[in-house]
Amino acid sequence: MRFAFTDDQKMLRDTVRDVLRRECSPEVVRDAWEGKTEGARSAWNTLAQTGLIGMTASEGAGGMSMSELDLLLPLEETGYAAMPGPIVDTAAVGIPLLEAAGTDAQRERWLGLAAAGEARIVVSFEDREMVPHAASADILIAERGGAGYCLPIDEVSVVPERSVDRTREVGKVAFEPSPSYRMREDVNTVALFALGRERAALATAAQLVGLSRRMLDMAVQYAKDREQFGKPIGAQQAIKHRLANALIEQEFARPTVYRAGWSLATGARDAEVDVSLAKIYAGQAAKFVAKQALQVHGAIGYTIECDLHMWMKRAWALAAAHGDAAHHRERVGRHVL
Amino acid sequence: MDLNFTDSENAFRRECRSWLEANVPSQRLPSGDTKEGFALHLNWENKLFDAGWAAVSWPKEYGGREATLFEWLIFEEEYYRVGAPSRVTQNGIFLLAPTLFEFGTDEQKSRILRPMARGDVTWGQAWSEPNAGSDLASLKSTARRVEGGWRLTGQKTWSTRAAFCDMAYGLFRTDPDQARHRGLTYFMFPLRAEGVTVRGVDRLDGDEGFAEIFLDDVFVPETEILGEVHHGWKVAMATTSSERGLSLRSPGRFMAIASRLVNLYHRFRDRSDPVLRDQVIQAWMDAQVYRWFTYQTVTRMAEGEEIGPDSSMNKVFWSEMDVRTHETALAIIGDALELDEASPSAVDAGDWMRGFQFALAGPIYAGTNEIQRNIIAERVLGLPRK
Repeated sequence: MRFAFTDDQKMLRDTVRDVLRRECSPEVVRDAWEGKTEGARSAWNTLAQTGLIGMTASEGAGGMSMSELDLLLPLEETGYAAMPGPIVDTAAVGIPLLEAAGTDAQRERWLGLAAAGEARIVVSFEDREMVPHAASADILIAERGGAGYCLPIDEVSVVPERSVDRTREVGKVAFEPSPSYRMREDVNTVALFALGRERAALATAAQLVGLSRRMLDMAVQYAKDREQFGKPIGAQQAIKHRLANALIEQEFARPTVYRAGWSLATGARDAEVDVSLAKIYAGQAAKFVAKQALQVHGAIGYTIECDLHMWMKRAWALAAAHGDAAHHRERVGRHVL
Repeated sequence: MDLNFTDSENAFRRECRSWLEANVPSQRLPSGDTKEGFALHLNWENKLFDAGWAAVSWPKEYGGREATLFEWLIFEEEYYRVGAPSRVTQNGIFLLAPTLFEFGTDEQKSRILRPMARGDVTWGQAWSEPNAGSDLASLKSTARRVEGGWRLTGQKTWSTRAAFCDMAYGLFRTDPDQARHRGLTYFMFPLRAEGVTVRGVDRLDGDEGFAEIFLDDVFVPETEILGEVHHGWKVAMATTSSERGLSLRSPGRFMAIASRLVNLYHRFRDRSDPVLRDQVIQAWMDAQVYRWFTYQTVTRMAEGEEIGPDSSMNKVFWSEMDVRTHETALAIIGDALELDEASPSAVDAGDWMRGFQFALAGPIYAGTNEIQRNIIAERVLGLPRK
């Protein structure tokens, strides 16, 4: 029993952290909100150069054959930076799906590009037509009627919707399920997409942990800087206890997410229960931290001039994405009761 | 990361399980917080010690088996899984002993540890005073230097099981010219000696689990000081860190409670509603999450890291989880919740109400959760003290 990351895993995290600190500042996220996505694209490209985007691809396809567990800390950093873009869909879900279920032609055409970060994948699971980043992606992988489809986004109808988090560019996707888009039929498509769902939920949970950490950092800094009654508001017990509660929620969510990463990566028994716990605790923590951070900031936090709102809105969206608490609690309930 | 137990950890678990299953008393013992129950629990502690299970992580020379921290967690999981008796020696083996290992002399360790773990000499804590609770550093009890030792005077309170114990430990002011945390010394002292009066206090659950200790010029030799004279605060903080951290409340305890709750839910299923169902699931998940958090902490400790103020997060989490879990159980039981162990119709012999009352103490003892939150805010998050 050893519950800790390896030095290599922490080194990769540090690399991603450095890249995002330089290239994905709050200004870059703010620009993406206003539709100016050059900065966010450039951060994506730099991450691709570090190998992060393609890290789950096999070495033959230009990746590093890394596992769900290896991906957690880098994804946590993308949450910390509120990095815009379909990184969960591309790195955690799409590339492994394309590699396992893509036809020779599909893999030939797209796998290398996706692993190099040059083609962005979005994934639409069964009954999930609402897809973030659909308009700006290059490839759609979709599950329809128990079969897999992979097609260029140009051949997909994307009706734009609008998310409370403008960087998510949500769109409703529809396409003609033509045989030419079909993925391999000699693999267990249903099982592969089911695994994709677990990966999406886990990766989202990792991002939620990162979002929590950033919002708590912002709130702690604000509580130290902001003075009222002649002293920092963070010296008041009411503020201290709010932030202590936020830290507790966040710090108990973290090992829950890490445990689920290990379970998926090793194919542990009942891994899906661990994923559900991860999604529930990471989602609840992020929503709770968001609420505390807003209250600590006071009125300035209630404006869109303050950066906090971009993290908060991402947290609301991600806490509900890939199964909200009720959905995952039901899965745990079936296991426990 | 490797969250599988090793072969030797699994072998250790099997060994624990088979010994416990063969030896745990089949009849439930009366509460260890009563005079009769305490004595019966000590018989159990004797048996545990003689088989080498009383303090598995201790060195062999003191009666342990040099188990790793993870093996200790495994022992705890197995211990609570079979519903073994509560540990009336805990204030000694889990709180004083880690402090002795850190600050004690060889003489103290070889004299104190074995009888402590066997239950031959029992220990209570003596931290609080009538006017020094959360603000422990404002304590008033004093120790005066005399020929060959010290004389202790003052009053201590809320001392768990001190009405039945032989010895206690606590802080005394040795330097009247220094204030607050400075000038205090950590003493171990006898409870059955001239000048000591112990008065039992009935707790919320009616057991005489608390006591007040009155000290009137009680002599203790120099050898009863733990750490350095005037520097007892640092020593006491080591004890409180054990208390808040995992040694007092390992995950096994809460995993066992959670599975008993699931069992209770099944028995009362016909009157359950979706809210209760969700709360049962939540309680089960909380116990799992506490387990992973603890495994992560134990890995840090095993690799030589200091845990420090992080232990306050454990304390808040387990104490509040314990209350919630028992509240859920009582809600499942419904109007029979009021029946206690003397009632023929009580559910599970009134265990849940008893456990609930015990759980309510959690957010208060070992430093109130308000104090823990201050510690987290100031020492983990770095918010200003004033």
